[in-house]
Amino acid sequence: MSVSRRNFLRYSAATAAATAIGINIPETVKAAASLAEANWKWDKAVCRFCGTGCGIMVATRNDKIVAVKGDPLAPVNRGLNCIKGYFNAKIMYGADRLKKPLLRVDENGNFSKTGKFKPVSWKRAFDEMEFQIRKTLKELGPTGLGIFSSGQYTIMEGYAMVKLMKAGFRSNNIDPNARHCMASAVAAFMQTFGIDEPAGNYDDIEITDTVVCWGANMAEMHPILWSRVTDNKITNPDRVQVVNLTTYTNRSSDLADLEIIFKPNTDLAIWNYLAHEIVFNHPEVIDWDFVKKYTAFTTGFVDIGYGMRTPEHKNFSEKEKETVKHEVSKELSAAEGKSLAYLGYKEGDTLEMKNRAKAKVHWEIPFEEFKKALAPYTLDFVAGISKGDDSESLKEYKSKLKRLAELYIEKGRKVVSFWTMGMNQHTRGTWVNEQSYMVHFLLGKHAQPGNGAFSLTGQPSACGTAREVGTFAHRLPADMVVNNPAHRKMSEEIWKLPAGTLNPKVGTHLMKMHRDIEDGKIKFAWINVCNPYQNTANANHWIKAARDLDNFIVCSDVYPGISAKVSDLILPSAMIFEKWGAFGNAERRTQHWKQQVTPVGESMPDIWQYVELSKRFKLRDVWGAQEIPGLEGGLPDVLPDIRELGYNPNDTLYDVLFANDYAKSFELPDGESKNELNTEAKGDKRKVNGADARPWEGYGFFIQKYLWEEYRKFGLGHGHDLAEFEAYHKVRGLRWPVVDGKETLWRFNSKYDPYAKKAGVGEFAFYGKALKSIARGSLTGPDASKGKADLKNKAKIFFRPYVDPPEMPNKEYPFWLCTGRVLEHWHSGTMTMRVPELYRAVPEALCYIHPEDAKSNGLKQGDLAWIESRRGKVKAHIETRGRNRPPKGLIYVPWFDEKVFINKLCLDATCPISKQTDFKKCAVKVFLAS
Amino acid sequence: MGNKGDKISRRGVLGKVTQGFAVLGFGGFLWGGALRDFSRADLVLRPPGALPEADFQKACIKCGQCVVACPYDSLVVAAPGDGVPNGTPHFIARDIPCYMCTDYPCIEECPSEALTVDMVTSDGKASINNAKMGLAVIHKESCIAYWGIQCDACYRACPLIGEAITLELEQNEQTKKHANIKPVVNSDACTGCGICEHVCVVEKAAIRVLPREIATGEVGAHYLKSWDESDENRIRSIKEKKESNGDIHSTLDYLNNLDGLIDE
Repeated sequence: MSVSRRNFLRYSAATAAATAIGINIPETVKAAASLAEANWKWDKAVCRFCGTGCGIMVATRNDKIVAVKGDPLAPVNRGLNCIKGYFNAKIMYGADRLKKPLLRVDENGNFSKTGKFKPVSWKRAFDEMEFQIRKTLKELGPTGLGIFSSGQYTIMEGYAMVKLMKAGFRSNNIDPNARHCMASAVAAFMQTFGIDEPAGNYDDIEITDTVVCWGANMAEMHPILWSRVTDNKITNPDRVQVVNLTTYTNRSSDLADLEIIFKPNTDLAIWNYLAHEIVFNHPEVIDWDFVKKYTAFTTGFVDIGYGMRTPEHKNFSEKEKETVKHEVSKELSAAEGKSLAYLGYKEGDTLEMKNRAKAKVHWEIPFEEFKKALAPYTLDFVAGISKGDDSESLKEYKSKLKRLAELYIEKGRKVVSFWTMGMNQHTRGTWVNEQSYMVHFLLGKHAQPGNGAFSLTGQPSACGTAREVGTFAHRLPADMVVNNPAHRKMSEEIWKLPAGTLNPKVGTHLMKMHRDIEDGKIKFAWINVCNPYQNTANANHWIKAARDLDNFIVCSDVYPGISAKVSDLILPSAMIFEKWGAFGNAERRTQHWKQQVTPVGESMPDIWQYVELSKRFKLRDVWGAQEIPGLEGGLPDVLPDIRELGYNPNDTLYDVLFANDYAKSFELPDGESKNELNTEAKGDKRKVNGADARPWEGYGFFIQKYLWEEYRKFGLGHGHDLAEFEAYHKVRGLRWPVVDGKETLWRFNSKYDPYAKKAGVGEFAFYGKALKSIARGSLTGPDASKGKADLKNKAKIFFRPYVDPPEMPNKEYPFWLCTGRVLEHWHSGTMTMRVPELYRAVPEALCYIHPEDAKSNGLKQGDLAWIESRRGKVKAHIETRGRNRPPKGLIYVPWFDEKVFINKLCLDATCPISKQTDFKKCAVKVFLAS
Repeated sequence: MGNKGDKISRRGVLGKVTQGFAVLGFGGFLWGGALRDFSRADLVLRPPGALPEADFQKACIKCGQCVVACPYDSLVVAAPGDGVPNGTPHFIARDIPCYMCTDYPCIEECPSEALTVDMVTSDGKASINNAKMGLAVIHKESCIAYWGIQCDACYRACPLIGEAITLELEQNEQTKKHANIKPVVNSDACTGCGICEHVCVVEKAAIRVLPREIATGEVGAHYLKSWDESDENRIRSIKEKKESNGDIHSTLDYLNNLDGLIDE
């Protein structure tokens, strides 16, 4: 296809001459000429959608994205993409891209909660935000503010917002949609390893002999990884075994050698069956060298509730109370009578939820106690409570569980357990994550090539931004937390803040953010790169609170969705390729891209929005003494200490947080890179009238590089090392920790991880520092007289029992409802539903139901049905045939479709440890909508 | 099902039927259109349960009741210029495919048996899954799943997923570590509903439904599959060929003509 320079000239001349005198020139010559004249430019970027982290190449021409292709040099996907990645170019220019700030106003142009949206200037938008923030700060202090943050922020955006909120406004009320997505994985990583994120990497897919999916429909949710699993399977068909553990048949079952359909929540029992099989029936396979040297046995409380509010809340309906009462106490079922017998309980007893506030507490126990607690999880017991498909015989099901155990146990067989939302969105999400490590540790099959429990992540930067930057209510960058004085001190030093600036009180997690808005405790909220009013369970409560109460909600987005609709001010954001950025994927791979095109309309990058707001507040506005509910003495007045740092009270947060001397030292690139677009730093050709009503001309320094380099300081030298900004522009991502320019493939393994090697304790070192000094005790509780256990360089093997979820089907609500995604759409569909091809492929969310269940409820294929829970109802069309085949008693409804607003039905119960909502199980009824 | 005609509003029928005849007055124009679009008639997709095309055209009384009965508005009445015999029902898969109602109201409403349950009955059981409206064919070069893109939108949308469309797995030649997961149509199971064509995400569908007469080949009965006994059914009904009573003259002419055989 290449056209030499000489030929180009010849063809061009021929075309011009021929066109001038009206001669038809051969098509081949015309095509060659137009290729030669092509002025598009290719540059590397990252796919906008899921946590897989595929590399793409983006073609731009005349300052517009014209095409994408898979990046052949990207190790994750080597030039391939899935059906969403294929459409990256088409998400850019939908007809309803938000292009101007929109404010609800009355007929006089004043803000009115009941007004209609009208276009306003950026200045008007920032004026209103400033006014509303000041009003809230005056009334409620820093905790009156809330940020709905995101696992789809670029790393620098997330970092800028964390800094603005935590260092500037001194509020920890920032929490990401990743709370709905990965919080249970995070909590289990912290409790088990003392440090977040997986040990392994995607190379495990090719190296392993066994892929076991636990609540992860990888075929639809991680398609490029699934194609790698598939390749491993078909190239080693006899050796490689694929298992799909799921509550309904899905597309991952296609490849599976073994499909295990289990009852919702009984994954807790199945993991324990595997441990029981190891400890009781195959003790010879326990890797005692590994277990004794690198792990300790632990457990925690069981009476910890389900992360719900207690029933006395005024806004609960009587129907809701039927479920919410379990937050206080629960009558134990037959299964729980057996699984909690080790604590002296039996069926019919009432479990009082006495340790709701101590859900995280855990302590070391002897192996004998661990073994004793596992005793009930025999094949008979576990098969009896977990078999999920009525039409399958118990015998057949038992043989499947045995086969699963054999695969894990087999000496020399490498095993990777993958999971995503099935195990994370779970009222015992942290527990079930910990159980996966339990089994892998007992067998010594972790943190080695092809061996390990591997939490896959959902969002493109749930790892890179939400987790690593720490856009959570309790976190600071690099796994640090706000309630640790040493972590605050280090952060204050890097951020050049007076000691005591940072708020030590953990902020509100995402679910609580909605609840606090409903309770009038948060009155200013800003939605960043997410759609919290569509993605949160029990949505009716939160939508009412947003629209009916006295509060002010800002939504920054690229397309209008439900969150924009319920907001008061909408800010048009730049799309991924309209700004510089970086994402971090599920295998710890950080990938950067450059701004490719100028944003559309008057839309502006999110970083710019945050930084412009910071110009509106002076230190004296926010760094004086502040009252914080629940924090004795509140936050100190740090203004007396600012002179030492060279600040004065009239400096703005912009001066201190974003345009300090260090920031300004990052000069804009010269030479070859001189003409690179950078809307934040240099302005752009549009000269949009900015927050001060003047044409935007840029900060004048390389702000993204500054944010990156400052952020990087948090992790250097303690296991979170990232490379320099420039390094990522030369390679296709690097897996952290990046030490001496080298990425780390298997963490905690001394052969691969310099930190493990440095620990000098042997082949492995679980060197994470968090939660390593814990109490000792027995199954029933910690025992202060036994002193503290020091678990330095060790991981924990948790015992966690089976318990029921807080809401289960009954006569009135006979079905389990499970929600999730489909391959064609990303999350709430704001981008993919605007790609005509994807919309045509899957225009609406369907209710997948077993044909016999449909029939017995008077429904047939294609009927419109009501689906109703104790919290709300929606209409959806019945699908008895499609891609998902639920067993009797369960329905599956995806959540991407705002017209089938399934989150109105879901229960806002969470894992009490991780605060992650369980979107996979609540009870519903289904009936014909006539 | 209830009595035929129960649920149909008379006006609805008339409305849809008249669409088909609206331009009958312009006879010359009509004729021209039919000639020009002759080939499109060959590609027409009929509702489920339709008799073979020639019989269907004779039996269909162009009443439009099937069109009214179709809950998805898939069926349309052929209008002049469509290139399809006027007034007859058909569907265009890329626009609105047949969603394969399990109670096939179009068949139930047909008063003339142009659409008949017999055509969707197999082994004594009537089921929409037995419909043979057409056959999906895949153009591999424009099917992005064959490129290695993880698409398979047609597969997931297929009402007979895993039967009418199955997946073929093969290592991707470029990457050597991903699998191409390629849709393959099985003509035994494919009903020709066209949902695959409708959902196909490429610009012009890479999977398209054609009438079975056009999409299918046919193997001569002189050769059978040794590995499939049922294939012998193909010779059951054929007549043995009579011994040829050929003219010996042509043989003699051939044998006696040495022209050009021996070089000078």
